[in-house]
Amino acid sequence: MASLDRVKVLVLGDSGVGKSSLVHLLCQNQVLGNPSWTVGCSVDVRVHDYKEGTPEEKTFYIELWDVGGSVGGASSVKSTRAVFFNSVNGIILVHDLTNKKSSQNLYRWSLEAVNKDLVPSGVLVTNGDYDREQFAENQIPLLVIGTKLDQIHEAKRNEVLTRIAFLAEDFNAEEINLVIEKRYFIRDGSQIVGFPDRKRFGAGIVKNLHYD
Amino acid sequence: MSFLIDSSIVVTSQVLFFGFGWLFFMRQLFKDYEVRQYVVQVIFSVTFAFSCTMFELIIFEILGVLNSSSRYFHWKMNLCVILLILVFMVPFYIGYFIVSNIRLLHRQRVLFSCGLWLTFMYFFWKLGDPFPILSPKHGYIPNNGIESKGILSIEQLISRVGVIGVTLMALLSGFGAVNCPYTYMSYFLRNVTDTDILALERRLLQTMDMIISKKKRIATARRNMFQRGDVNNKPSGFWGMIKSVTTSAPGSENLTLIQQEVDALEELSRQLFLETVDLYATKERIEYSKTFKGRYFNVLGYFFSVYCVWKIFMATINIVFDRVGKTDPVTRGIEITVNYLGIQFDVKFWSQHISFILVGIIIVTSIRGLLITLTKFFYAISSSKSSNVIVLLLAQIMGMYFVSSVLLIRMSMPPEYRTIITEVLGELQFNFYHRWFDVIFLVSALSSILFLYLAHKQAPEKHMTP
Repeated sequence: MASLDRVKVLVLGDSGVGKSSLVHLLCQNQVLGNPSWTVGCSVDVRVHDYKEGTPEEKTFYIELWDVGGSVGGASSVKSTRAVFFNSVNGIILVHDLTNKKSSQNLYRWSLEAVNKDLVPSGVLVTNGDYDREQFAENQIPLLVIGTKLDQIHEAKRNEVLTRIAFLAEDFNAEEINLVIEKRYFIRDGSQIVGFPDRKRFGAGIVKNLHYD
Repeated sequence: MSFLIDSSIVVTSQVLFFGFGWLFFMRQLFKDYEVRQYVVQVIFSVTFAFSCTMFELIIFEILGVLNSSSRYFHWKMNLCVILLILVFMVPFYIGYFIVSNIRLLHRQRVLFSCGLWLTFMYFFWKLGDPFPILSPKHGYIPNNGIESKGILSIEQLISRVGVIGVTLMALLSGFGAVNCPYTYMSYFLRNVTDTDILALERRLLQTMDMIISKKKRIATARRNMFQRGDVNNKPSGFWGMIKSVTTSAPGSENLTLIQQEVDALEELSRQLFLETVDLYATKERIEYSKTFKGRYFNVLGYFFSVYCVWKIFMATINIVFDRVGKTDPVTRGIEITVNYLGIQFDVKFWSQHISFILVGIIIVTSIRGLLITLTKFFYAISSSKSSNVIVLLLAQIMGMYFVSSVLLIRMSMPPEYRTIITEVLGELQFNFYHRWFDVIFLVSALSSILFLYLAHKQAPEKHMTP
């Protein structure tokens, strides 16, 4: 096959927000039947036709690196995780809409991923404060995904969605709120809301890369 | 009048303990989670508050603070409340939250949790049968107005709670006694260099790359099959089915093979990840041991190992010679200094203060040690779904632990201060608890030594051979 460029995208977030389910959904077009804890990092690959239908069409492999663990873990775990953050082309931040703490932790996750390049000794020198300036010069495109929308009561959905809108602005990221429901075992993945949008966003990310 | 003052003092301190438990819960335990059910937090803080009040009353007994009758009253009330929580409320709520997690039984939650609670009560009761917990006088005419008959008397319940709690204490203390010198002393640290870590990281990344390339092949092959048409997927008709059994497309054969390779590689990558984490942790410990604090802990570790060996020795002697210490360490220490060293001092005054300090230290270290262990345990095993159940389990363990430390602390106090415990729980066979503690402590310490020895032997061989 022709030489295909590597596109590496990290999927970050707290434990239990649904990163593995999301990655499985994107790559296998199926819902993950029995999600279990991710130890270390699990990778999956999605074949994507960039600029489909145009003469510049090119097929890319998007590697989705799903890194497990909690953001407040031991420093030995953090140092080991840092090995996965090399030469990243994009970051997907996943948070759980039913759990406020997981959205707050997204700041720390993004700092951990971004600071990898600045501090080569492997020791993280952050005090946890979020500084928008650090992201101003950041070239890596970000995507924020909120999961488990269906588990929130109808009445509370608007309140949750407005809160999330601010989050996405902070990151200067594109935003999607997804339904990843376990009941969709047997049905086709394309029936899930937001799935066709996802394909377009995939193209958006890859387009960004080509400007570098 | 003095009763009111005493009661207000006790109640204020209870409120303080409750606040402390609340803060601990929010800041430490549930740091990364969202508290959705406030019942859990309330129960945890209440258990903590009443357990600490028990210790506080013992301290008051030693120091002679407050009226003796009001102390007695509060002591009884405290015990009743704690038993109520440990035997009725917490198990019921544990059952309730477990049942809530299972979708099928969601409708009749209360019914099923009552059923679970009744099962718990049955086993809890059966627990007391094989042990000689109550003294042979039990069953005779009660004295002092304490009901010793009846199923739900304080003694029956506390005796069983005490058995569970003492087992837990001995297990933790046995493991702690062995683990403490093992972690403090740098003699056991394996030598880890930066090159080791880099080599492992390189292997990890190589494994990830191999997984990626294989997955790319699978994805491309699947895409090609999909584009060629769905011929292979839906065998139509009878002959189609027979055909698909005998001749499967060569593409799918390869795919299953590659998929198996991918699974094996993923398992390997997980192992490598865990080993790398282990190496980083060892490297940090090596660096820490070179600092001043690290060296201090190293020396402390030697002392602790001597203490641990002595304790194991004493436990063995106690069991073999069927000996239970009759005098507490304070009185014995005073006897030794007075009789053998000939130093004369006011025995009554000093015994009070020394026992206060000793008991205080024991209480504080056991509370602190338990809270730290519980926190570590909680971080290790909880997830967002099961956090409520686990916190309640921890509250149950904490309550039982504190109740049984009260039983065992009686041994460390001079006889004149034991009255408050003996008055309410007079019918219990305290000697049995000490014997049981020694047995379980010995078993736990020996098995921890075995376990640590095996773990230590296995680890350096793994990363030496490439």
